Amino acid sequence: MIKLTIDGVTVAVPEGTDVLAAAKAAGIRIPTLCYMEKYNEIGACRLCLVEVKGMRGLLAACTLQASDGMEVYTNTPAVREARRTNLELLLSDHPQDCLICVRNGQCELQSLAEEMGIRRQRFEGEKSAYPLDHSTLSIMRDPNKCVLCRRCVAVCKQVQGVGVLGAVERGFDTIVAPEGGCLLHDVACVLCGQCVMVCPTGALAEVDNTEEVFAALNDKSKHVIVQTAPAVRVAIGEEFGYPPGTIVTGKMVSALRRLGFQAVFDTDFAADLTIWEEANELLERLNNGGTLPMITSCSPGWIKFIEHYYPDLIEHLSTCKSPQQMLGALAKTYYAEKIGVSPEDIFLVSVMPCTAKKFERARPEMVGESGLPDVDIVLTTRELARMIKVAGIDLPQLPDSDFDSPLGLSTGAGVIFGATGGVMEAALRTAYEWVSGEALTNVELEAVRGLSGVKEAEVKLPGTDITLRVAVAHGLANARQLLDKIRTGKADYHFIEIMACPGGCISGGGQPRPADVNEFNALREQRIKGVYRADRDLPLRKSHENPAVKELYDTYLGEIGGERAHHLLHTNYTVRGKYLRTIRQH
Amino acid sequence: MMEAKQCQGCQQMRDPRYEQLDELIKSYQDKKGALVPLLHEAQEIFGYLPEEVQRRVADGLGIPLSEVYGVATFYSLFSLKPRGKHKIGVCLGTACYVRGAGAILAELEKQLGIRVNDTTADGKFTLEITRCIGACGLSPVMTVDEDVFGRLTPEKIKEILARY
Repeated sequence: MIKLTIDGVTVAVPEGTDVLAAAKAAGIRIPTLCYMEKYNEIGACRLCLVEVKGMRGLLAACTLQASDGMEVYTNTPAVREARRTNLELLLSDHPQDCLICVRNGQCELQSLAEEMGIRRQRFEGEKSAYPLDHSTLSIMRDPNKCVLCRRCVAVCKQVQGVGVLGAVERGFDTIVAPEGGCLLHDVACVLCGQCVMVCPTGALAEVDNTEEVFAALNDKSKHVIVQTAPAVRVAIGEEFGYPPGTIVTGKMVSALRRLGFQAVFDTDFAADLTIWEEANELLERLNNGGTLPMITSCSPGWIKFIEHYYPDLIEHLSTCKSPQQMLGALAKTYYAEKIGVSPEDIFLVSVMPCTAKKFERARPEMVGESGLPDVDIVLTTRELARMIKVAGIDLPQLPDSDFDSPLGLSTGAGVIFGATGGVMEAALRTAYEWVSGEALTNVELEAVRGLSGVKEAEVKLPGTDITLRVAVAHGLANARQLLDKIRTGKADYHFIEIMACPGGCISGGGQPRPADVNEFNALREQRIKGVYRADRDLPLRKSHENPAVKELYDTYLGEIGGERAHHLLHTNYTVRGKYLRTIRQH
Repeated sequence: MMEAKQCQGCQQMRDPRYEQLDELIKSYQDKKGALVPLLHEAQEIFGYLPEEVQRRVADGLGIPLSEVYGVATFYSLFSLKPRGKHKIGVCLGTACYVRGAGAILAELEKQLGIRVNDTTADGKFTLEITRCIGACGLSPVMTVDEDVFGRLTPEKIKEILARY
């Protein structure tokens, strides 16, 4: 341990600690903008400047190692003036349209300007003028609002192992963009939206589809229905003042009815259905010498990732559609027939924690027999929260209500799809009982829960000589570890779950953003707790016990993995490769 | 209108420079701080850094293309465009500037039919701007490769270009 004083407060910290962390330990807040612990400690924004006795000039606290006997000052006139000037210089090349910005009221740059008491524009100079990037269905880029903090660059490369964003050119001409200053559409971006989650400003945001949904709700000729993903219910409350992880399922369903949706369905139902198909597929592959390990296919960012970066491993993917797409396929067949409405008149909206789901929805593989897309529009959790606010619905005051049948009943196994390890746990709850014929008493598989990057477990199936070896990865850089093992023949797993986003869908690119990126993991843990609480609160916790799914097979689908099921609930994949086109030269 | 397209892959297979590049990349693998020196040497082989070179460097070092592109556009030493046989540098340092370097530059652009940082269609000249080269006594000055020409007037440009 070393001892230093910060603003007169003595604090002891382990050697190697930076001054920023030491100040935090001393209860002193130093403003930061570019800093992201472990991933982006680059001293770029110059807002964390401090004065150190005996050292020249002002120093960035995030890159300055604390040393024994150091005397640090964080609140001198020179420090205040320098931080302020640096922020004003950032603002001098920032659009002043805060009132109509997607981040209005939730912007870190705005908060810093408020915190530092900036009340006038001192510097007028050249302004960047770049076109907006609307090239993808998921993510919108506005380089004019970029403060070059590089948090998105760090997340894309280090957390997701993708690396399609980087700094291009230098000086005033610097821009954070895909290689060649291309559009996102032109590079192997997986559209996971983790860049959106860490962007401090409105430079990166989800593509907004709320107007299309309002228009559909107004169209009396349409039967407009909605489904909500497992992870939405434990996060949307944050937009209405609830603590993270609060389960607001009932109020969310009521709010959706008030918005005018004629039926509110639960993607958890389709998650249960996925387990019937996927567990069956796994057992078939085990029995018939199919490609192993089999890998889950629920996460569209993950699917796009393997198609770009590991196309040689595509046959490892389960052919199951994701729950969102399964529900869509059924809404326009099974449900349409049940209520006697023509599929053309059904308009299905999905509310997803995910930006990549907007892309998945539009995949050519996701068009049904009638030529209609399974799902018509995808909204992120953030967009739904905005719609609820625009409609003047006071969510906290709403009573609880239940999802509609026949696509609304679900088990705890469906809800845990929202967290890393959840699909694996749900599949094993079912595979265990199907294979062994014995009841599984403790359904909670701790080994695959939690935030470690790669998790492994072995499950002995009683009454057989099978011990299932499974692995779970979340965050695509972690996924790479498992994929490289498969490529080199070193993976002896039977079944792997991969979710694109760290923590799983609960912190997908469409979820409410963290108030502090450096507390993101704490937020993830709270949402994950919410997911497991929701699981425990449900009377049924195994997908194969879902009576609504059973009825679906009995009355409509026929056999599990049978012809009709395959037709509606399974898909195929596209080899995309890493480089899509020749980059535009400046 | 149809455009004749050549198969880049076949061209590159025949191009010994790519073999040289692949060898070079191998020698830099597992080395720290490899990117800048590797790009430097690659540019010596190709004269510039075409996209295929950047991709091979990225794949060879196991880093994203965006990172290679970022470094290639950050340093003015690197060029993403083919460069001419001869490099013309017009000094726009303070002394040259006040003594009429602007007119020299304009004359060069006119005679060569290109703008700054471009290369003539015949691949002969690339036109660039330099900061002070320390020959203020001769201002305004320009360089062609290693040759320095001083006390320039626009009228002298034609004759200088004719020597190359």
